Amino acid sequence: MSQVLVAISQVAAVCVGGPLLLGLMRKVRSRLEGRVGAPIYQPLLDLRKLFAKQRMRPRDSSWVFGAGPVVLVATVVAVTAVSPLATTNPPLGQSSDFFAVVFVLLLGSVLLALSALDTGTAFGGMGSSRSMTIGALCEPALLVAILAMAIAARTSNLPALVRVGLNHPTVIASPARILALASFLVVILAESGRLPIDNPSTHLELTMIHEAMVLEYAGADLGLIILGESMRLVFLLGLFVNLLVPWGVADRPGALYFAVGLLALVAKVAVVGVTIAVFEVFTAKMRLFRLPELLAGGFVLALLGAVTAVVAR
Amino acid sequence: MNEVYVVTIGMAGLLAAILGGALPASSRVVAAVALTWVSCGAAMAAAVSVLSSDHVISLSTTAILPLTGVTLVLNQLGALFVITISVVALASTLYWLGYASHGLATRSASSAMPLFVTSMLLVPFAASVATFLVLWEMMALASLVLVLTDQSRREAARSAAQWYAVMTHAGAAAILLALVLLSAHAGGQTFADIETHARHLSGAVRGTVFVLALLGFGSKAGAVPLHVWLPKAHAEAPGPASALMSGAMVNLGIYGIILVGNELLGGGPVWWWILISLFGVVSAIYGALYAATSSDLKRLLAYSTTDNMGLVLIALGASGLFAAVGRPTTAAIAMVAALLLLVNHSVFKGALFLAAGAVQVATGTRDLDRLGGLMRRMPVTGVVFFIGALSVAALPPFNGFVGEWLLFQGLLHGLPTTNTSVVISVAVAVAALALTGGLTVAAFVKATGIGFLGRGRSVEATEAHEAAITMRLGAAALAALCVVLGLIPMLVLPAIERAAASAGRVNATSATRGWISLHLPGLRGVLAPSLLAGGLAIAVLVVIVLRRSTHRRRHAWPAINSVEPWGSGRKLQTARMQYTATSFAEPLQRVFDDVIRPSRDLDVSHLVESRYYIERIAYHTSNDDVIERQFYRPFIAGVRWWGERARWLQNGSVHRYLAYGFVALVIVLVVVA
Amino acid sequence: MSFRFLFQTLVHPRNVVKDLGDAPTPQHTTVALHGSLQIRHVDAGSCNGCELEVTSAFAPVYDAERFGVRLVASPRHADALLVTGPVTKNMAEPLRKTLEAMPEPRLVISLGDCAHDCGIFNGAYGVEGSVSDVVKVDVHIAGCPPRPEVIVEALRGLTGR
Repeated sequence: MSQVLVAISQVAAVCVGGPLLLGLMRKVRSRLEGRVGAPIYQPLLDLRKLFAKQRMRPRDSSWVFGAGPVVLVATVVAVTAVSPLATTNPPLGQSSDFFAVVFVLLLGSVLLALSALDTGTAFGGMGSSRSMTIGALCEPALLVAILAMAIAARTSNLPALVRVGLNHPTVIASPARILALASFLVVILAESGRLPIDNPSTHLELTMIHEAMVLEYAGADLGLIILGESMRLVFLLGLFVNLLVPWGVADRPGALYFAVGLLALVAKVAVVGVTIAVFEVFTAKMRLFRLPELLAGGFVLALLGAVTAVVAR
Repeated sequence: MNEVYVVTIGMAGLLAAILGGALPASSRVVAAVALTWVSCGAAMAAAVSVLSSDHVISLSTTAILPLTGVTLVLNQLGALFVITISVVALASTLYWLGYASHGLATRSASSAMPLFVTSMLLVPFAASVATFLVLWEMMALASLVLVLTDQSRREAARSAAQWYAVMTHAGAAAILLALVLLSAHAGGQTFADIETHARHLSGAVRGTVFVLALLGFGSKAGAVPLHVWLPKAHAEAPGPASALMSGAMVNLGIYGIILVGNELLGGGPVWWWILISLFGVVSAIYGALYAATSSDLKRLLAYSTTDNMGLVLIALGASGLFAAVGRPTTAAIAMVAALLLLVNHSVFKGALFLAAGAVQVATGTRDLDRLGGLMRRMPVTGVVFFIGALSVAALPPFNGFVGEWLLFQGLLHGLPTTNTSVVISVAVAVAALALTGGLTVAAFVKATGIGFLGRGRSVEATEAHEAAITMRLGAAALAALCVVLGLIPMLVLPAIERAAASAGRVNATSATRGWISLHLPGLRGVLAPSLLAGGLAIAVLVVIVLRRSTHRRRHAWPAINSVEPWGSGRKLQTARMQYTATSFAEPLQRVFDDVIRPSRDLDVSHLVESRYYIERIAYHTSNDDVIERQFYRPFIAGVRWWGERARWLQNGSVHRYLAYGFVALVIVLVVVA
Repeated sequence: MSFRFLFQTLVHPRNVVKDLGDAPTPQHTTVALHGSLQIRHVDAGSCNGCELEVTSAFAPVYDAERFGVRLVASPRHADALLVTGPVTKNMAEPLRKTLEAMPEPRLVISLGDCAHDCGIFNGAYGVEGSVSDVVKVDVHIAGCPPRPEVIVEALRGLTGR
């Protein structure tokens, strides 16, 4: 399959899959609460309506306000196109480095935080401050987790990390990778603003971390942010499942293998999404000032993973 | 021809200093800047010729310094530093043209600035102990004069200059001891003599020399715990001077460490490199932490310099460690990463300090809690700071990212080894790198967001004007270089690789393949910065087009561009309701409270009539440097106590002073005999 | 009592045509919600009886969310402003600000008899007026308090599901 087609397919899958995953997680929550809940495709309807609504820009904001949502979505689109989500041979796969992917996503978060500060309201500053604190405490865990996985595979190239799991299944069961992936999951929950770190459906501004940053957006900007955040969650979960359970990922060229890879991705991400949703229903949000303990725990897991990776070689 | 360049550097610089001091106010700055440019140009020409060929430039004369003469040699490592310093100097002096009207057009400043630049350009040329020390001292004194520019009006500037003067001379004393020890054992004072004799020195002497040099040069580079002068001096110095100090002078501290550790002493045992890495780890975390919790713009940038120099030291230490345990490929990568980090730091820190200087001139304050909304009032300066901030945070597509990536790759591939000390140091280094990365991102989101975005928190911020054209040009040039180096790091990588080869004594195959991608030699790791940036740009365009297309529909509602921000419907929304830098950093400060230990003062005064009624509450908190508070101040207090005890020696009696002299002479005669 | 009867007598038809009289080129626009309605609730001075019914309407038994309706925190994210209670003097300005903060196309839904004509609080010292005295109301849901099934029917009328 041509590389451009692969890129477009992966991006389209994540673009549609993001809101669907959001809808699925809300549906699971609703069912567990004893209600029917909105259909799974509801976020797609919400987005369609949002893109037709009026955009608004606060009075004293600069170009950064409009740039935030755009860069957020653009970073996710860019990394989705070059990552091994449905196939171990994505376009530009040779330069698809785990560190590069993480830093590109960080660029999106930073621009979002800056645009929240640009609103000139107290909410934006609060969301930005809390989000950056959590990000600062997440980075050690994330980078050491990547290191742990990369030591075992002797490279930090993403397709190679997935391929090594496919070709040598014992690598997946190694303590290094398990610990690193556990730490990675904690970081994914923290960065995407899910419980127990942040309640995505809260109405109380003082309890908001991520939501507070987007209180000022309307119309297409808000649509882009919701799309970008859901795409980022799908992307990160997609990486997580491909590193944990790589079977189904297309290893050989050909449209059939790629289609199977996409379906496998959808199925795996759906399973993980449902698990997270169930976990969220039974968890309460943690106090903001207890979060460093959780993230330090994630860091310790990753460090243990790195140490076992070195020792086991 | 090359020797002519070297002479031009010196002569042009000297002439610039003289004219700067002698000419009347209208022309002294322009003349000084023009001649400084000539000096920088000659330096760059010399450096480029050294890097592109394989020979060194060498020049020696017995004329200028009595007894020892002057020996100047430029090798490839020095050439890299010369180019970096020239680039920052060119941008800063251009900026100075516009800044001069704000107090930097005095005779002392106009002669000190060219002297400062010239001495920095010549330090990498120095090839004998005397030349090196003279140039080092000249650099220190010239920068001291620049820090003192505002001293008549501000107590903080005087205090900063005092700390700077004492610590830089203490450092110079350590360097002097180290170099003198070396030359005493070598029998000659040129670096060539020292290199040939250094291997015959005993391990104890080599160790002592190394530690002394590390302390002296580390202090100049801003390594914790010898960094306390840096936030004061870099914050109080005027705009172009602080850009030069942070962007060029701290590099020479690293240059000195590489010079003594690798070139003069020819490498050493593992504990040297572990010591360097330890300094690096502590500096990186400490600097990043204080940058994240500082609300003074230039102090934040200065602590970030400490942080970045810590990263460079980590890379240097890792390189030495890998070389010592026999892994030359990763040692080479780590050394290239160290030098690339250094070059990138000069460029983006120079841009940041120049932008901060423009902000200080426009608003009269460095306090982030009183700034805001500057992106609309000062668009060029705002964009320069934005680019610089994203570069410090090591975000693609800017230049900081490539250096960090290289360092991560070097550590990653060097980690699988059986040597436990290496494993532990590298693991700690990676954790430190990750933590400082996160803290730096938080620090610079704070600086950019609170300083430039939102609404102005004071009258000065709401009425700020954009800086003069030369100031904008100087800052924008460095910011543009950040972008270019981020997209095409291959422009500087060959030069850095040659410099690393000459410094680290490792022969590495080149990492660059063409102009697009970066391949790690002998290992699996590829990065294509321009493709990454291209992909991002395409994605941004696609998203923007999609967003606009949703507005082309028939019944689309037009966007409103100037709406009241949503504040829960309250009647009065002021700019002071926004988050300040202090509040932004408060969660992080709370997490690291035990490390930073901010001092908190609560002053409650009651009404005279009744203790039940409170008249005034004053709450004061400050984040002064904990190392300064816990170590330096008690030490200074101890020294003062000693000084006062010893005052009984000076009772004013001439007879007693004569007796002191007589006793001292007798003792010396006894000892000599 | 038939719910269909309640729906037809108390709630406006589902396609609300809005007229932008003040704009230079007056446009008619259909509120195109495409089955998705986000609501921002403002309590302008109610006794909270209506709030309890709204809570029930979004709770497991009546579950308005299955028809595409969701409560949101910020008016910038909302399509409809749900106002309960008579508008007190202190809440008049915040109510107007909340409506101004909403992007077009937007609706105002007044819920309960107090929102319509101040109900039992008519003429009280703290009351400014009914909701339609302060902002232009598009949909009214009557009742003191309206039953949750009536609220859900009204919202279904707006989303079209």
